[in-house]
Amino acid sequence: MHELPATQGILSVALEAAQQNGARRITAIDLVIGELAGVLDDSVQFYFDILSKDTIAQGAVLRFRREPASATCGDCGHQFPVEVPLTAVCPVCGGIRLHISGGREFFVESIEVEDEDSSSEGDSERERSGCG
Amino acid sequence: MKIPVVKEILSANDQVAAENRATFDATDVLVLNLMASPGAGKTSLILSTADQLPEEICPGVIEGDLASTIDADTIAARGIPVVQINTGGSCHLDAPMIRTALPDLPLAEMDLLFIENVGNLVCPAGFALGADLAVVVASAPEGHDKPYKYPSMFASADAVVLNKADLLEVFEFDVDYFRRGLEMLNPDVPLFVVSCRTGDGIKDWVAWLLSRLH
Repeated sequence: MHELPATQGILSVALEAAQQNGARRITAIDLVIGELAGVLDDSVQFYFDILSKDTIAQGAVLRFRREPASATCGDCGHQFPVEVPLTAVCPVCGGIRLHISGGREFFVESIEVEDEDSSSEGDSERERSGCG
Repeated sequence: MKIPVVKEILSANDQVAAENRATFDATDVLVLNLMASPGAGKTSLILSTADQLPEEICPGVIEGDLASTIDADTIAARGIPVVQINTGGSCHLDAPMIRTALPDLPLAEMDLLFIENVGNLVCPAGFALGADLAVVVASAPEGHDKPYKYPSMFASADAVVLNKADLLEVFEFDVDYFRRGLEMLNPDVPLFVVSCRTGDGIKDWVAWLLSRLH
């Protein structure tokens, strides 16, 4: 499996976006991964925890949105979700002329960050509560 | 604060692949990314194809393997320019590896470059190399269910070669079932049923390949 280079890709896309936005820390990364992309969530999280150490993404939560793949029957038009291994027969009419679409997504949708301003606000709040 | 990104996870690889593609286009070389399970017959297909090429068409090969130069030695013994990439454990070739190999190939003299990817039906499909054509080699002993179990690989193929056709009966390989799995992922993809051992079907495959030359 290629979860290691995939996770390196996730980290570098997220770090680049964070830097462009002057973020101080990445707290979450939203990923969109298709059912047919052949990537395992647990494995990505495992590698991420190792690779993100000592970066501003350390401790970030990875949120996976799985995009389904669907089959459309060429005979009756029935559309239904499919997983690997793919089914060869339409469950409604028994047709065998199926067309599979979707499920191949593999991108970073968004990241959640703490920016310079919000972090300094946080610090000053802590200072105030300390004084109180 | 949420920042929208929407960027492909492997975009860094895609960028190098685009650079490789520009290099290939500039030297007018048609490049194939050959992908398959280990033992499906990628090297055999390269050799069978090279045998059938017209004399004026000059091939070259990049061999990707976890380790060893066995395949590269076989290719070199036929007098075909070849570069071996040992991925050192990585399960696929990526675009930067190809970029590193290019200076060692006489691209200006070549018409056709076969990139033999690491034997694996999963990971190579995810990593663009800059090739013109993705070609998947399947083989009779693997069974007819491979498109159903490895959809990504077959969905992105520009052509599929089913090798070891002389063994279809032995392995009770249902070509129609295989073809249906392929067509539901990739409706117009050409399928060539060949045997590198007997030479059956190689002519049609080579004719198609030559039709794709610039």
